[in-house]
Amino acid sequence: MIAGLDRPERRLALMAVVVVLVCAAFMTIGLRGDLALALELRAVRLAAMVAVGVAVAVSTVVFQTVCANRIVTPSIMGLDALFIFCQTALVFSLSGLGFAGIDPRLHFLGNFVAMTGLALALFLPMLSRRFDLTLLLLTGVVLGVLFRSLSALLARLIDPNDFAVLQGAVFASFNAVEPELLLPAGLITLAGVAIAWRSRHVLDVIALGADTAVGLGVAWRAAAAGLLVLVAALVSASTALVGPMAFLGLLVVSLAERIVGTGRHAMLLPAAALVAVIVLVGGQTLLRHVLGGEGTLGIVVEFVGGLVFLAMLFARGRR
Amino acid sequence: MTVAAARCPDFMLQATGLALLLALTTASLFVGVGALSMRTLFSDPEALRLVVVSRLPRTCAALLAGSALAIAGLVMQTLARNRFVEPSTAGTAQSAALGILAVTLLWPEAPLGWKALGAAATALAGTAVFLALVHRLPPTQPFLVPLFGLVYGGVVGAAATFAAWRLDLLQYLEIWTTGEFSGVLRGRYELLWVAGALVALAWWTADRLTILSMGRDVSIGLGLNYAAVLRLGLVIVSAITALTVVVVGTIPFVGLVAPNLISRLAGENLRGTLPWVAGTGAALVLACDIAGRLIRFPYEIPVGTVLGVVGAVLFLGLLFSRRGDG
Repeated sequence: MIAGLDRPERRLALMAVVVVLVCAAFMTIGLRGDLALALELRAVRLAAMVAVGVAVAVSTVVFQTVCANRIVTPSIMGLDALFIFCQTALVFSLSGLGFAGIDPRLHFLGNFVAMTGLALALFLPMLSRRFDLTLLLLTGVVLGVLFRSLSALLARLIDPNDFAVLQGAVFASFNAVEPELLLPAGLITLAGVAIAWRSRHVLDVIALGADTAVGLGVAWRAAAAGLLVLVAALVSASTALVGPMAFLGLLVVSLAERIVGTGRHAMLLPAAALVAVIVLVGGQTLLRHVLGGEGTLGIVVEFVGGLVFLAMLFARGRR
Repeated sequence: MTVAAARCPDFMLQATGLALLLALTTASLFVGVGALSMRTLFSDPEALRLVVVSRLPRTCAALLAGSALAIAGLVMQTLARNRFVEPSTAGTAQSAALGILAVTLLWPEAPLGWKALGAAATALAGTAVFLALVHRLPPTQPFLVPLFGLVYGGVVGAAATFAAWRLDLLQYLEIWTTGEFSGVLRGRYELLWVAGALVALAWWTADRLTILSMGRDVSIGLGLNYAAVLRLGLVIVSAITALTVVVVGTIPFVGLVAPNLISRLAGENLRGTLPWVAGTGAALVLACDIAGRLIRFPYEIPVGTVLGVVGAVLFLGLLFSRRGDG
């Protein structure tokens, strides 16, 4: 290890420098043609990536803390699939015409309310009953499959015309960010980050497990419910912007924990957010200019993150 | 309880099951966009043609695919020594899709049989890797294996999606990953009879597979050629999966739900329960196909989509009712 980098604060500062470098590279490499237009387009996508990275990182850290382990993430538990299901169900019940007419921000709000309600109803009982960890994970993965299949089924039930509307809304990606959603999603992310940062000390206590937390004077159930709403909000924001990002959270939080070498949330939260931005923006720049595979970042993250998850499961099982 | 009673579901249950399967088969012949009734069937040559060219092949395909997939799931559970795995949730189907992709790339006009062969080869490799990993996991955590399988399948699927994206074959991949019977006509499903033959092979090796499920040391102690039977089971699972993926696409959860349902009713003896597992799988797939034809009549919903919902719900039910038993 390089001298002077043994303190977590210094490593954070170093990562911040890397973030700035990566963002600069994303904005400038290969610019040609109408500079102002190209810069504006890139700025929108950069802002979306930063918002998504921060939202995914913070929601994953908070969710893992509530679950008291570092393997469970919101997207493994099917939360982003739940968001897409709510979106599809909303289109289905309103029929395509009404959907196209609705203000996207209002629609986003409706999705968010539906999703928060469902997430609380589903996950709070599961978390407070304290299942065996593998059963909890398996249930989450199967729930994810169920929500995805339900969305596919509903999509088939909607008229072919409406299906086109829905595909535009659901299959968001980094190449098709909706500029109108950037502001509300960014605001939600900002508010979520602020709340998570304020409760960083409570999070440190909750990470010790429900029993210890109660023993130390934290109202676990209320705190967990509040934090789940926070997670649901952040997942809604990132999924609405760019679609599901399976395993991104798992990848960045386990990397961040290795880098700062502490579980304290005052360090872990910013570290995870920085790693997420580096992975997303750096990965996108690399894919576009070196490997020529723009648009596949989500698939690459799913592949690499899936391998990391398998390795973690394997290590846990063998222990 | 006598041995016979322990082996098979009791008589009433058998009769009900058979009647249900027959009723579904008959319904499948008469449900569809082209109107058809018992009376016109024998007077109108056009109606007869409809049955012979479209409805009968479709019904046969559903029955064959359903029973073969259920057996593939059963054999896979024996090999992995875990109740909750099956080809489409443990990477076998995804590996098969990868194989078809490779064959399509190297030899675009390849006949269906060669594609199936290529798919079977990669499915075999993918499943062998899965089993090798799973056999190193501790047997004390029953939920770890299916979880591992689902994510492993996701990783292989991501690799397939990436390859398809680079090669501009994403639409083809969609066809292989969503099981659908609407394209089945006479002359386009006959490969599935090979899958039916594999079911017979599984029945022939049933006793050896039952011994295999007791684990490596016990089965070797009982005089079983462990490695050979393991290989045979692997071939059965991969070939059945590859054939169904090539002909009709991936149909999820059949191999998981059917064996679990039957084992609750009839216990673990593979040879005794095997026909019932096959029948349950066939009935499940046929019922979901009929439902898919009816839900949004006259349009069709692919059977893979219907079973994705039904199967996931049943899977969750199996997970939690098992806990209830203790």
